[in-house]
Amino acid sequence: MALQSLDILRRSATTTPSPQQRQMTELAKLIDVTKCIGCKACQAACQEWNDLREEVGVNVGSYQNPHDLTADSWTLMRFAETEENGTLEWLIRKDGCMHCADPGCLKACPSPGAIIQYSNGIVDFHEENCIGCGYCITGCPFNIPRLSEKDSKVYKCTLCSDRVAVGLEPACIKACPTQALVFGSKADMIEHANERIVDLKERGFQNAGLYDPQGVGGTHVMYVLHHADKPEIYNELPKDPTISAMVSVWKGIFKPLATAVLGLTALAGFFHYVTVGPNQTEEDEEDTHEQA
Amino acid sequence: MNRPDLIDRYGPADRFNHWITALTFILLALSGLALFHPSLFWFTQLFGGPTWTRILHPYVGLVMFISFALLALRFWHHNLLTKNDIVWLSRIADVVRNREDRLPEVDRYNAGQKLLFWTMIATIPTLLATGIVIWQPWFAPHFPIGIVRLAVLLHALCAFVMIAGIIVHIYAAIWVQGTVGAMVRGTVSKAWARKHHPGWYKRVMQGDER
Repeated sequence: MALQSLDILRRSATTTPSPQQRQMTELAKLIDVTKCIGCKACQAACQEWNDLREEVGVNVGSYQNPHDLTADSWTLMRFAETEENGTLEWLIRKDGCMHCADPGCLKACPSPGAIIQYSNGIVDFHEENCIGCGYCITGCPFNIPRLSEKDSKVYKCTLCSDRVAVGLEPACIKACPTQALVFGSKADMIEHANERIVDLKERGFQNAGLYDPQGVGGTHVMYVLHHADKPEIYNELPKDPTISAMVSVWKGIFKPLATAVLGLTALAGFFHYVTVGPNQTEEDEEDTHEQA
Repeated sequence: MNRPDLIDRYGPADRFNHWITALTFILLALSGLALFHPSLFWFTQLFGGPTWTRILHPYVGLVMFISFALLALRFWHHNLLTKNDIVWLSRIADVVRNREDRLPEVDRYNAGQKLLFWTMIATIPTLLATGIVIWQPWFAPHFPIGIVRLAVLLHALCAFVMIAGIIVHIYAAIWVQGTVGAMVRGTVSKAWARKHHPGWYKRVMQGDER
Protein backbone atom coordinates (compact mmCIF):
# COMPACT_ATOMS: atom_id res chain seq x y z
CA MET A 1 0.00 0.00 0.00
CA ALA A 2 2.02 2.95 -1.22
CA LEU A 3 0.08 5.71 0.50
CA GLN A 4 2.63 7.40 2.72
CA SER A 5 5.57 8.47 0.62
CA LEU A 6 6.97 11.34 2.69
CA ASP A 7 7.65 9.38 5.83
CA ILE A 8 9.73 6.37 4.85
CA LEU A 9 12.31 5.51 7.49
CA ARG A 10 13.85 2.61 5.62
CA ARG A 11 13.37 0.85 2.32
CA SER A 12 14.67 -2.65 1.53
CA ALA A 13 17.82 -2.99 -0.64
CA THR A 14 18.30 0.77 -0.77
CA THR A 15 21.57 2.43 0.24
CA THR A 16 20.54 6.09 0.04
CA PRO A 17 18.00 7.90 2.28
CA SER A 18 14.33 7.35 1.45
CA PRO A 19 11.81 10.23 1.42
CA GLN A 20 11.54 11.09 5.11
CA GLN A 21 10.82 14.79 5.17
CA ARG A 22 7.72 14.21 7.30
CA GLN A 23 8.19 12.71 10.76
CA MET A 24 5.23 10.83 12.17
CA THR A 25 4.52 9.85 15.75
CA GLU A 26 5.66 6.34 16.56
CA LEU A 27 2.59 4.16 16.88
CA ALA A 28 1.95 0.83 18.54
CA LYS A 29 -0.71 -1.82 18.92
CA LEU A 30 -0.95 -3.16 22.45
CA ILE A 31 -2.31 -6.68 22.87
CA ASP A 32 -3.39 -7.30 26.43
CA VAL A 33 -3.33 -11.08 26.53
CA THR A 34 -4.89 -11.01 30.01
CA LYS A 35 -8.06 -9.40 28.66
CA CYS A 36 -8.40 -11.54 25.54
CA ILE A 37 -11.40 -13.89 25.46
CA GLY A 38 -10.37 -15.61 22.21
CA CYS A 39 -13.45 -14.54 20.25
CA LYS A 40 -11.49 -14.11 17.01
CA ALA A 41 -13.31 -10.91 16.10
CA CYS A 42 -9.90 -9.48 15.23
CA GLN A 43 -9.23 -12.37 12.86
CA ALA A 44 -12.58 -11.85 11.18
CA ALA A 45 -12.10 -8.09 10.95
CA CYS A 46 -8.68 -8.57 9.38
CA GLN A 47 -10.14 -10.78 6.67
CA GLU A 48 -13.04 -8.37 6.18
CA TRP A 49 -10.97 -5.24 5.79
CA ASN A 50 -8.31 -6.81 3.59
CA ASP A 51 -10.99 -8.74 1.69
CA LEU A 52 -9.27 -12.08 2.05
CA ARG A 53 -10.86 -15.42 2.89
CA GLU A 54 -9.16 -18.37 4.52
CA GLU A 55 -10.00 -21.84 3.24
CA VAL A 56 -12.39 -23.76 5.48
CA GLY A 57 -10.15 -26.10 7.47
CA VAL A 58 -10.60 -29.09 9.77
CA ASN A 59 -10.82 -29.30 13.54
CA VAL A 60 -7.92 -31.06 15.19
CA GLY A 61 -9.06 -30.62 18.78
CA SER A 62 -8.14 -26.97 19.30
CA TYR A 63 -9.94 -23.71 18.95
CA GLN A 64 -7.02 -22.53 16.84
CA ASN A 65 -8.33 -22.05 13.35
CA PRO A 66 -6.68 -21.82 10.87
CA HIS A 67 -3.82 -23.85 12.31
CA ASP A 68 -1.16 -21.38 11.27
CA LEU A 69 -0.71 -17.96 9.70
CA THR A 70 -1.13 -18.05 5.93
CA ALA A 71 -0.92 -15.65 2.99
CA ASP A 72 -4.66 -15.04 3.61
CA SER A 73 -4.64 -15.02 7.42
CA TRP A 74 -2.36 -12.28 8.69
CA THR A 75 -3.40 -12.60 12.30
CA LEU A 76 -4.27 -15.69 14.30
CA MET A 77 -5.40 -16.45 17.83
CA ARG A 78 -3.04 -19.07 19.16
CA PHE A 79 -4.47 -21.16 22.01
CA ALA A 80 -2.30 -22.84 24.62
CA GLU A 81 -3.18 -24.73 27.79
CA THR A 82 -0.67 -24.91 30.59
CA GLU A 83 -0.53 -26.04 34.23
CA GLU A 84 2.94 -24.60 34.69
CA ASN A 85 1.72 -21.92 37.09
CA GLY A 86 -0.04 -24.22 39.56
CA THR A 87 -3.43 -24.01 37.95
CA LEU A 88 -4.87 -24.68 34.52
CA GLU A 89 -4.45 -21.61 32.37
CA TRP A 90 -5.84 -21.05 28.93
CA LEU A 91 -3.44 -18.66 27.25
CA ILE A 92 -4.62 -17.01 24.09
CA ARG A 93 -2.24 -14.91 22.07
CA LYS A 94 -3.06 -12.93 18.97
CA ASP A 95 -0.13 -13.70 16.66
CA GLY A 96 0.96 -11.61 13.69
CA CYS A 97 3.66 -9.23 12.54
CA MET A 98 5.37 -7.42 15.44
CA HIS A 99 6.50 -4.45 13.28
CA CYS A 100 10.04 -4.49 14.70
CA ALA A 101 12.07 -1.30 14.93
CA ASP A 102 14.94 -3.34 13.46
CA PRO A 103 13.06 -5.56 10.99
CA GLY A 104 14.91 -8.74 9.95
CA CYS A 105 12.65 -9.09 6.92
CA LEU A 106 13.69 -5.69 5.60
CA LYS A 107 17.34 -6.38 6.31
CA ALA A 108 17.24 -9.65 4.35
CA CYS A 109 15.13 -8.43 1.39
CA PRO A 110 17.15 -8.06 -1.86
CA SER A 111 14.47 -6.20 -3.82
CA PRO A 112 14.48 -2.39 -3.59
CA GLY A 113 11.22 -1.12 -2.13
CA ALA A 114 9.59 -4.48 -1.53
CA ILE A 115 9.64 -3.80 2.22
CA ILE A 116 9.07 -0.33 3.63
CA GLN A 117 9.38 0.90 7.21
CA TYR A 118 7.46 4.08 7.88
CA SER A 119 8.53 6.56 10.52
CA ASN A 120 5.37 5.66 12.48
CA GLY A 121 6.90 2.19 12.91
CA ILE A 122 4.78 0.23 10.46
CA VAL A 123 6.73 -2.32 8.42
CA ASP A 124 4.86 -2.92 5.19
CA PHE A 125 5.35 -5.29 2.29
CA HIS A 126 4.85 -3.81 -1.17
CA GLU A 127 4.04 -7.02 -2.98
CA GLU A 128 4.35 -5.51 -6.47
CA ASN A 129 8.12 -5.31 -5.82
CA CYS A 130 8.35 -8.73 -4.17
CA ILE A 131 10.31 -11.29 -6.20
CA GLY A 132 9.37 -14.33 -4.12
CA CYS A 133 12.86 -15.28 -2.92
CA GLY A 134 11.76 -15.89 0.68
CA TYR A 135 14.77 -14.10 2.21
CA CYS A 136 12.41 -12.14 4.52
CA ILE A 137 11.33 -15.46 6.02
CA THR A 138 14.97 -16.15 7.03
CA GLY A 139 15.24 -12.65 8.48
CA CYS A 140 12.11 -12.74 10.64
CA PRO A 141 12.67 -13.86 14.26
CA PHE A 142 8.89 -14.32 14.76
CA ASN A 143 8.08 -16.65 11.83
CA ILE A 144 5.53 -14.29 10.30
CA PRO A 145 5.84 -13.80 6.49
CA ARG A 146 3.99 -16.35 4.37
CA LEU A 147 4.79 -17.08 0.73
CA SER A 148 1.59 -17.38 -1.27
CA GLU A 149 1.12 -20.54 -3.31
CA LYS A 150 -1.02 -18.48 -5.66
CA ASP A 151 1.48 -15.83 -6.76
CA SER A 152 4.80 -16.55 -4.96
CA LYS A 153 4.65 -13.20 -3.18
CA VAL A 154 4.97 -12.82 0.57
CA TYR A 155 2.14 -11.50 2.74
CA LYS A 156 1.75 -10.44 6.36
CA CYS A 157 -0.05 -7.94 8.62
CA THR A 158 0.22 -4.36 7.35
CA LEU A 159 -0.94 -2.91 10.70
CA CYS A 160 -3.64 -1.56 8.38
CA SER A 161 -1.20 0.99 6.97
CA ASP A 162 -3.96 2.09 4.60
CA ARG A 163 -6.39 2.80 7.46
CA VAL A 164 -3.74 4.37 9.70
CA ALA A 165 -2.65 6.68 6.87
CA VAL A 166 -6.12 8.26 6.87
CA GLY A 167 -6.41 8.47 10.64
CA LEU A 168 -8.29 5.24 11.34
CA GLU A 169 -7.29 2.53 13.79
CA PRO A 170 -6.41 -0.94 12.46
CA ALA A 171 -9.43 -3.17 11.72
CA CYS A 172 -8.59 -5.65 14.50
CA ILE A 173 -8.57 -2.88 17.10
CA LYS A 174 -11.98 -1.68 16.00
CA ALA A 175 -13.43 -5.17 16.29
CA CYS A 176 -12.09 -6.13 19.73
CA PRO A 177 -15.01 -6.30 22.21
CA THR A 178 -12.93 -6.32 25.44
CA GLN A 179 -10.35 -3.66 24.63
CA ALA A 180 -7.67 -6.31 24.82
CA LEU A 181 -6.47 -4.56 21.68
CA VAL A 182 -5.67 -0.88 21.86
CA PHE A 183 -3.85 1.38 19.44
CA GLY A 184 -2.12 4.75 19.75
CA SER A 185 1.26 6.36 20.12
CA LYS A 186 3.91 3.97 21.38
CA ALA A 187 4.51 6.18 24.44
CA ASP A 188 0.80 6.13 25.35
CA MET A 189 0.63 2.38 24.85
CA ILE A 190 3.57 1.81 27.18
CA GLU A 191 1.92 4.02 29.78
CA HIS A 192 -1.35 2.13 29.43
CA ALA A 193 0.48 -1.18 29.67
CA ASN A 194 2.21 -0.10 32.86
CA GLU A 195 -1.14 0.68 34.48
CA ARG A 196 -2.38 -2.75 33.47
CA ILE A 197 0.76 -4.37 34.86
CA VAL A 198 0.31 -2.68 38.25
CA ASP A 199 -3.26 -3.96 38.31
CA LEU A 200 -2.20 -7.50 37.37
CA LYS A 201 0.50 -7.57 40.02
CA GLU A 202 -2.05 -6.51 42.62
CA ARG A 203 -4.16 -9.45 41.53
CA GLY A 204 -1.30 -11.89 42.10
CA PHE A 205 0.44 -12.06 38.75
CA GLN A 206 3.89 -11.27 40.13
CA ASN A 207 5.62 -11.63 36.78
CA ALA A 208 3.16 -9.60 34.74
CA GLY A 209 4.99 -7.40 32.27
CA LEU A 210 5.29 -5.74 28.89
CA TYR A 211 6.68 -7.60 25.90
CA ASP A 212 8.58 -5.06 23.79
CA PRO A 213 11.72 -7.05 22.95
CA GLN A 214 14.83 -4.88 22.71
CA GLY A 215 16.76 -7.49 20.69
CA VAL A 216 14.89 -6.22 17.62
CA GLY A 217 14.98 -2.59 18.79
CA GLY A 218 11.54 -2.86 20.36
CA THR A 219 8.34 -3.60 18.45
CA HIS A 220 5.28 -1.69 17.32
CA VAL A 221 3.04 -4.52 18.38
CA MET A 222 3.47 -5.20 22.10
CA TYR A 223 1.94 -7.64 24.54
CA VAL A 224 0.89 -7.38 28.14
CA LEU A 225 1.62 -10.87 29.50
CA HIS A 226 0.65 -12.28 32.92
CA HIS A 227 3.85 -14.33 32.78
CA ALA A 228 6.30 -12.00 31.06
CA ASP A 229 9.17 -14.07 32.49
CA LYS A 230 8.03 -17.03 30.38
CA PRO A 231 6.84 -15.71 27.00
CA GLU A 232 7.48 -19.12 25.43
CA ILE A 233 4.42 -20.60 27.19
CA TYR A 234 2.28 -18.39 24.94
CA ASN A 235 2.69 -20.69 21.95
CA GLU A 236 6.43 -20.21 21.59
CA LEU A 237 6.62 -16.43 21.76
CA PRO A 238 10.44 -16.02 21.66
CA LYS A 239 11.99 -14.93 24.95
CA ASP A 240 14.74 -12.78 23.48
CA PRO A 241 14.16 -12.48 19.73
CA THR A 242 16.99 -11.17 17.54
CA ILE A 243 17.80 -11.33 13.87
CA SER A 244 19.69 -14.61 13.35
CA ALA A 245 23.49 -14.21 13.39
CA MET A 246 23.60 -15.96 9.99
CA VAL A 247 21.37 -13.28 8.47
CA SER A 248 23.21 -10.47 10.29
CA VAL A 249 26.58 -11.59 8.94
CA TRP A 250 25.21 -12.24 5.44
CA LYS A 251 23.37 -8.93 5.13
CA GLY A 252 25.64 -6.95 7.45
CA ILE A 253 29.39 -6.99 6.97
CA PHE A 254 29.62 -9.71 4.30
CA LYS A 255 27.46 -8.05 1.64
CA PRO A 256 29.51 -4.84 1.13
CA LEU A 257 32.84 -6.52 1.93
CA ALA A 258 32.46 -9.37 -0.56
CA THR A 259 31.23 -7.01 -3.28
CA ALA A 260 34.23 -4.72 -2.73
CA VAL A 261 36.71 -7.62 -2.70
CA LEU A 262 35.33 -8.97 -5.99
CA GLY A 263 35.65 -5.53 -7.59
CA LEU A 264 39.18 -5.15 -6.27
CA THR A 265 40.16 -8.62 -7.52
CA ALA A 266 39.16 -7.64 -11.05
CA LEU A 267 40.95 -4.30 -10.65
CA ALA A 268 44.10 -6.06 -9.38
CA GLY A 269 44.12 -8.11 -12.59
CA PHE A 270 43.87 -4.99 -14.72
CA PHE A 271 46.70 -3.26 -12.88
CA HIS A 272 48.87 -6.36 -13.00
CA TYR A 273 48.46 -6.33 -16.77
CA VAL A 274 49.41 -2.65 -17.14
CA THR A 275 52.36 -2.86 -14.71
CA VAL A 276 53.98 -6.32 -14.84
CA GLY A 277 52.43 -7.06 -18.22
CA PRO A 278 51.43 -10.23 -20.03
CA ASN A 279 53.47 -13.41 -19.95
CA GLN A 280 54.40 -13.85 -23.59
CA THR A 281 55.90 -16.81 -25.39
CA GLU A 282 58.43 -16.29 -28.16
CA GLU A 283 57.51 -18.62 -30.94
CA ASP A 284 60.35 -20.79 -32.20
CA GLU A 285 60.79 -20.79 -36.01
CA GLU A 286 62.00 -24.38 -35.85
CA ASP A 287 58.66 -25.65 -34.55
CA THR A 288 57.12 -24.80 -37.93
CA HIS A 289 59.59 -27.02 -39.80
CA GLU A 290 60.04 -29.80 -37.28
CA GLN A 291 58.26 -33.04 -37.88
CA ALA A 292 55.51 -33.51 -35.34
CA MET B 1 46.64 -31.29 -36.71
CA ASN B 2 47.59 -29.31 -39.79
CA ARG B 3 50.21 -26.98 -38.35
CA PRO B 4 53.38 -28.58 -36.99
CA ASP B 5 53.94 -25.73 -34.53
CA LEU B 6 50.71 -26.51 -32.65
CA ILE B 7 49.75 -29.30 -30.30
CA ASP B 8 46.33 -30.37 -29.10
CA ARG B 9 45.35 -29.53 -25.52
CA TYR B 10 41.55 -29.85 -25.43
CA GLY B 11 39.27 -31.88 -27.71
CA PRO B 12 35.92 -30.54 -28.98
CA ALA B 13 33.92 -32.33 -26.25
CA ASP B 14 36.07 -30.81 -23.51
CA ARG B 15 35.74 -27.37 -25.05
CA PHE B 16 31.98 -27.69 -25.43
CA ASN B 17 31.71 -28.84 -21.83
CA HIS B 18 33.98 -26.07 -20.52
CA TRP B 19 32.02 -23.36 -22.30
CA ILE B 20 28.65 -24.65 -21.09
CA THR B 21 30.08 -24.37 -17.59
CA ALA B 22 31.52 -20.92 -18.35
CA LEU B 23 28.36 -19.50 -19.91
CA THR B 24 26.13 -20.81 -17.14
CA PHE B 25 28.62 -19.44 -14.62
CA ILE B 26 28.35 -15.94 -16.15
CA LEU B 27 24.55 -16.11 -15.97
CA LEU B 28 24.69 -17.36 -12.38
CA ALA B 29 27.24 -14.81 -11.22
CA LEU B 30 25.27 -11.91 -12.72
CA SER B 31 21.90 -13.06 -11.44
CA GLY B 32 23.32 -14.03 -8.05
CA LEU B 33 25.18 -10.76 -7.57
CA ALA B 34 22.02 -8.88 -8.59
CA LEU B 35 20.24 -10.34 -5.57
CA PHE B 36 23.31 -10.02 -3.33
CA HIS B 37 24.06 -6.30 -3.33
CA PRO B 38 21.57 -3.52 -4.18
CA SER B 39 24.16 -1.69 -6.29
CA LEU B 40 24.08 -4.64 -8.69
CA PHE B 41 20.31 -5.11 -8.68
CA TRP B 42 20.13 -3.68 -12.20
CA PHE B 43 21.66 -6.95 -13.48
CA THR B 44 18.14 -8.34 -13.03
CA GLN B 45 17.18 -6.42 -16.20
CA LEU B 46 19.42 -8.79 -18.17
CA PHE B 47 17.17 -11.68 -17.18
CA GLY B 48 13.76 -10.15 -17.89
CA GLY B 49 13.27 -8.49 -14.50
CA PRO B 50 13.83 -9.30 -10.85
CA THR B 51 11.24 -12.04 -10.48
CA TRP B 52 12.51 -13.83 -13.60
CA THR B 53 16.02 -13.56 -12.19
CA ARG B 54 14.86 -15.33 -9.03
CA ILE B 55 13.01 -17.99 -11.04
CA LEU B 56 15.79 -18.72 -13.56
CA HIS B 57 18.87 -18.70 -11.31
CA PRO B 58 18.40 -22.14 -9.72
CA TYR B 59 17.62 -23.91 -13.00
CA VAL B 60 20.76 -22.44 -14.59
CA GLY B 61 22.58 -23.63 -11.48
CA LEU B 62 21.49 -27.21 -12.11
CA VAL B 63 22.90 -27.04 -15.66
CA MET B 64 26.20 -25.68 -14.37
CA PHE B 65 26.45 -28.37 -11.73
CA ILE B 66 25.95 -31.18 -14.22
CA SER B 67 28.29 -29.61 -16.74
CA PHE B 68 30.96 -29.01 -14.11
CA ALA B 69 30.59 -32.55 -12.76
CA LEU B 70 31.43 -33.94 -16.23
CA LEU B 71 34.39 -31.56 -16.47
CA ALA B 72 35.63 -32.63 -13.05
CA LEU B 73 35.39 -36.32 -13.96
CA ARG B 74 37.51 -35.67 -17.05
CA PHE B 75 40.21 -33.60 -15.37
CA TRP B 76 40.52 -34.52 -11.69
CA HIS B 77 43.48 -36.87 -12.19
CA HIS B 78 45.53 -34.07 -13.78
CA ASN B 79 44.94 -31.93 -10.71
CA LEU B 80 46.46 -34.02 -7.93
CA LEU B 81 48.92 -31.88 -6.00
CA THR B 82 52.60 -32.85 -6.01
CA LYS B 83 55.69 -31.70 -4.10
CA ASN B 84 56.61 -29.46 -7.03
CA ASP B 85 53.31 -27.66 -6.57
CA ILE B 86 54.20 -26.70 -3.03
CA VAL B 87 57.49 -25.23 -4.26
CA TRP B 88 55.63 -23.46 -7.07
CA LEU B 89 53.21 -21.91 -4.58
CA SER B 90 56.02 -20.83 -2.26
CA ARG B 91 57.48 -18.89 -5.19
CA ILE B 92 54.26 -17.12 -6.05
CA ALA B 93 56.15 -13.80 -6.18
CA ASP B 94 58.14 -15.15 -9.15
CA VAL B 95 54.93 -16.39 -10.74
CA VAL B 96 53.26 -12.98 -10.75
CA ARG B 97 56.47 -11.34 -12.02
CA ASN B 98 56.66 -13.65 -15.06
CA ARG B 99 59.94 -15.27 -13.86
CA GLU B 100 59.13 -18.80 -14.87
CA ASP B 101 62.79 -19.82 -15.04
CA ARG B 102 62.84 -19.83 -11.22
CA LEU B 103 59.89 -22.22 -10.93
CA PRO B 104 59.88 -26.01 -10.71
CA GLU B 105 58.81 -27.97 -13.78
CA VAL B 106 55.07 -27.75 -14.37
CA ASP B 107 53.15 -30.68 -15.84
CA ARG B 108 49.75 -30.39 -17.51
CA TYR B 109 48.55 -27.92 -14.87
CA ASN B 110 50.40 -25.59 -12.53
CA ALA B 111 49.61 -25.39 -8.83
CA GLY B 112 47.44 -22.30 -9.33
CA GLN B 113 45.28 -24.11 -11.84
CA LYS B 114 45.05 -27.11 -9.54
CA LEU B 115 44.03 -25.00 -6.58
CA LEU B 116 41.33 -23.40 -8.70
CA PHE B 117 40.11 -26.87 -9.64
CA TRP B 118 39.84 -27.93 -5.99
CA THR B 119 38.22 -24.63 -5.06
CA MET B 120 35.52 -25.39 -7.62
CA ILE B 121 35.24 -28.95 -6.30
CA ALA B 122 34.59 -27.52 -2.83
CA THR B 123 32.25 -24.68 -3.77
CA ILE B 124 30.09 -25.95 -6.63
CA PRO B 125 28.56 -28.95 -4.81
CA THR B 126 28.04 -26.75 -1.74
CA LEU B 127 26.32 -24.17 -3.92
CA LEU B 128 24.06 -26.93 -5.28
CA ALA B 129 23.19 -28.28 -1.84
CA THR B 130 22.58 -24.88 -0.23
CA GLY B 131 20.83 -23.65 -3.38
CA ILE B 132 18.30 -26.48 -3.13
CA VAL B 133 17.70 -25.66 0.54
CA ILE B 134 16.84 -22.01 -0.26
CA TRP B 135 14.99 -22.73 -3.54
CA GLN B 136 11.57 -21.04 -3.38
CA PRO B 137 8.88 -22.14 -3.71
CA TRP B 138 9.82 -25.79 -4.30
CA PHE B 139 12.18 -26.87 -1.53
CA ALA B 140 12.83 -24.10 1.01
CA PRO B 141 9.49 -24.54 2.86
CA HIS B 142 10.43 -28.15 3.64
CA PHE B 143 13.61 -27.31 5.56
CA PRO B 144 13.83 -26.03 9.15
CA ILE B 145 14.43 -22.28 9.29
CA GLY B 146 17.83 -22.71 10.99
CA ILE B 147 19.06 -24.82 8.08
CA VAL B 148 17.72 -22.29 5.55
CA ARG B 149 19.52 -19.45 7.36
CA LEU B 150 22.80 -21.39 7.37
CA ALA B 151 22.27 -22.21 3.69
CA VAL B 152 21.77 -18.59 2.57
CA LEU B 153 24.99 -17.58 4.30
CA LEU B 154 26.98 -20.55 2.97
CA HIS B 155 25.57 -20.01 -0.52
CA ALA B 156 26.77 -16.40 -0.50
CA LEU B 157 30.16 -17.38 0.95
CA CYS B 158 30.79 -20.14 -1.60
CA ALA B 159 29.59 -17.94 -4.45
CA PHE B 160 31.99 -15.22 -3.33
CA VAL B 161 34.94 -17.65 -3.24
CA MET B 162 33.94 -19.13 -6.59
CA ILE B 163 33.50 -15.78 -8.35
CA ALA B 164 36.82 -14.50 -6.96
CA GLY B 165 38.47 -17.73 -8.19
CA ILE B 166 36.96 -17.40 -11.65
CA ILE B 167 38.06 -13.76 -11.93
CA VAL B 168 41.63 -15.00 -11.32
CA HIS B 169 41.07 -17.86 -13.79
CA ILE B 170 39.87 -15.50 -16.54
CA TYR B 171 42.64 -13.01 -15.88
CA ALA B 172 45.32 -15.74 -15.89
CA ALA B 173 44.11 -16.89 -19.30
CA ILE B 174 44.51 -13.34 -20.65
CA TRP B 175 47.78 -12.71 -18.82
CA VAL B 176 49.54 -15.88 -19.98
CA GLN B 177 49.25 -15.25 -23.69
CA GLY B 178 48.48 -18.12 -26.00
CA THR B 179 46.28 -19.77 -23.34
CA VAL B 180 42.82 -18.75 -24.56
CA GLY B 181 43.37 -20.67 -27.84
CA ALA B 182 43.64 -23.91 -25.87
CA MET B 183 39.98 -23.64 -24.88
CA VAL B 184 38.75 -21.88 -28.03
CA ARG B 185 40.39 -23.85 -30.86
CA GLY B 186 41.82 -26.65 -28.70
CA THR B 187 45.48 -26.02 -29.52
CA VAL B 188 48.54 -24.34 -28.05
CA SER B 189 51.89 -23.63 -29.61
CA LYS B 190 54.79 -25.94 -28.85
CA ALA B 191 56.74 -22.96 -27.55
CA TRP B 192 53.87 -22.13 -25.16
CA ALA B 193 53.81 -25.70 -23.88
CA ARG B 194 57.61 -25.81 -23.43
CA LYS B 195 57.54 -22.54 -21.51
CA HIS B 196 54.53 -23.03 -19.27
CA HIS B 197 54.02 -26.80 -19.07
CA PRO B 198 57.40 -28.42 -19.82
CA GLY B 199 56.56 -31.69 -18.06
CA TRP B 200 53.39 -32.09 -20.09
CA TYR B 201 55.21 -31.02 -23.28
CA LYS B 202 57.81 -33.75 -22.85
CA ARG B 203 55.19 -36.41 -22.34
CA VAL B 204 53.23 -35.22 -25.37
CA MET B 205 56.31 -35.27 -27.57
CA GLN B 206 57.18 -38.75 -26.35
CA GLY B 207 53.68 -39.80 -27.27
CA ASP B 208 52.76 -40.65 -23.64
CA GLU B 209 49.86 -38.27 -23.71
CA ARG B 210 47.91 -36.92 -26.56
